[in-house]
Amino acid sequence: MTAPAATSAIRFVGAAAGYGEHSVWEGLDLNVERGEFLAVLGPNGTGKTTLLKAVLGIARLSAGTIEVAGRPPRRGSKRIGYIPQQRAFDRDLPVRGRDLVRFGLDGHRPGILLARRESRRRVDQVIRAVGATGFAGAPIGRLSGGEQQRLRIAQALLGDPDILLCDEPLLSLDVAHQRVITALIEQRRREAGTTIVFVTHDINPVLPYVDRLLYLVGGRFAVGSPAEILTGARLSSLYGTHVDVVRAGGRVVVVTPDDDDVTCGDEGHHPPAVSAPALWEDE
Amino acid sequence: MSLTQYLGLPFAQHALAAAALVAIACGLIGPFVITRGMAFAVHGTSELAFTGAAAGLLVADNAIAGALVGAVVVGGLIGAMGARERERDSSIGVILAAGMGLGVLLLSYYHGFATEATNILFGNIFGVSSGQLLVLAIIAVSVMVAMGVLYRPLLFASVDPEVAVARGVPVRLLGIIFLFILAFTVTEAAQVVGTLLVLSLAITPAAAAHRLANSPLAVAGLAVAFALVSADGGLLLSFESSTVKPSVFVVAISFGIYAVARLVGPSLKSARRETAPADDEGAPKEAAI
Repeated sequence: MTAPAATSAIRFVGAAAGYGEHSVWEGLDLNVERGEFLAVLGPNGTGKTTLLKAVLGIARLSAGTIEVAGRPPRRGSKRIGYIPQQRAFDRDLPVRGRDLVRFGLDGHRPGILLARRESRRRVDQVIRAVGATGFAGAPIGRLSGGEQQRLRIAQALLGDPDILLCDEPLLSLDVAHQRVITALIEQRRREAGTTIVFVTHDINPVLPYVDRLLYLVGGRFAVGSPAEILTGARLSSLYGTHVDVVRAGGRVVVVTPDDDDVTCGDEGHHPPAVSAPALWEDE
Repeated sequence: MSLTQYLGLPFAQHALAAAALVAIACGLIGPFVITRGMAFAVHGTSELAFTGAAAGLLVADNAIAGALVGAVVVGGLIGAMGARERERDSSIGVILAAGMGLGVLLLSYYHGFATEATNILFGNIFGVSSGQLLVLAIIAVSVMVAMGVLYRPLLFASVDPEVAVARGVPVRLLGIIFLFILAFTVTEAAQVVGTLLVLSLAITPAAAAHRLANSPLAVAGLAVAFALVSADGGLLLSFESSTVKPSVFVVAISFGIYAVARLVGPSLKSARRETAPADDEGAPKEAAI
């Protein structure tokens, strides 16, 4: 066998994914090293979430292979922690923050939710580690997005994962909370050597920590360090059209012809940081 | 006859025991019905237990067997038609309307006692034979065992399906299994309060519990307790009245509990939110958005 398998946390070999005939990406060869922070960027519908699902063993590849720590992905693997984006819970849902965290310990196992001393101790420990002790007893429907995402990290850490898959965990958080959540994830990587795969629209909050980027656009992709990938020339060839990369005030903004396609500096339907139509004119 | 004299009679004891088992089953599924937004599925399944019961009466003079078969068919149909949540309600509406029509048709050909028909709609636990009570008990215990085994993954799948899938919980399969558990429970509850009033045991106690408690186990415990008080309390009160059906008392008690819970609930729950941060260990507080 080849050497990389020994140090690879996740290894894609000629991997392709898609629904039916249409493949969202293909020919992906990538070794994600142990303890690496990989950010996955790209417009909506380019298969970022599919990539995570393939690693989780939920989505099947249409070609090629994935290895997680040298083995094919397996659903429900304890090696992998998963952090989804924040979502709205019903205000009166009778589930407290700590109940949500507890799912990370044994939510998948048959039985009743009895609070044994050992499980309570472990839940308390991770809740303390993410600074959520103050609000973990409140119903999740009454927590803010930032509070909820702290608990999500605690939930994922309970399984003591080697790999953390984060699917847009910063979506709809304000900048202060984005910073707190990314810092907590980075802290886990530093302390436990956990591999991070971080799907995001906005590279800026994670830019200080990222080792490499996987940038997916319309079936094509580019892999490399942020400095290599986030250039006008590289992204223009990836998009197949003129793209500007603007650096201002310590932030990186990718300006594409299609405004709501990708603006790395700003999420979703907000106005882009830089007026794009003017740049589009000379295309 | 006095209440104590009634309590000495086997039929009364059997009825109280059966109602208790049914109540426990209802109390266990109720919180999931609310969390998964399936109140309409409960109503639809119970209406179609009526169709099954009518068919059972016509074919074999056995309403309960018919209702059980009907419930299984309905559980399967809802599962097959409404895989996605948004489709589910309309699927149930369609099946419900067709099924009720069929039930009315079947009853037009039934020439037995007319009271059998009203018993299906409004319940009459005292009219159930001891053999049928045994069947009810077996099903109720099966539902309890199934809920005991599935409780944790089902809660995970209901509250947090995305992460549950990632952790290897068979979310879709659990949803289908829960439909069948629900169908059986509903059919049982229909024997006590009738198909039209099933919600008084399958939803009302759990809805009251939701108003009062924050944690899943507390809600489950309260829902079971409220369902028990409603079902057996209703039966006991009905011993005192020869004209009013037991289901009326069951509904009255469960609604009364809900009304009280709605009144006192908000103050209880908001107080809990205030006291929750009391065990704060100096964690950075930047919650205020």
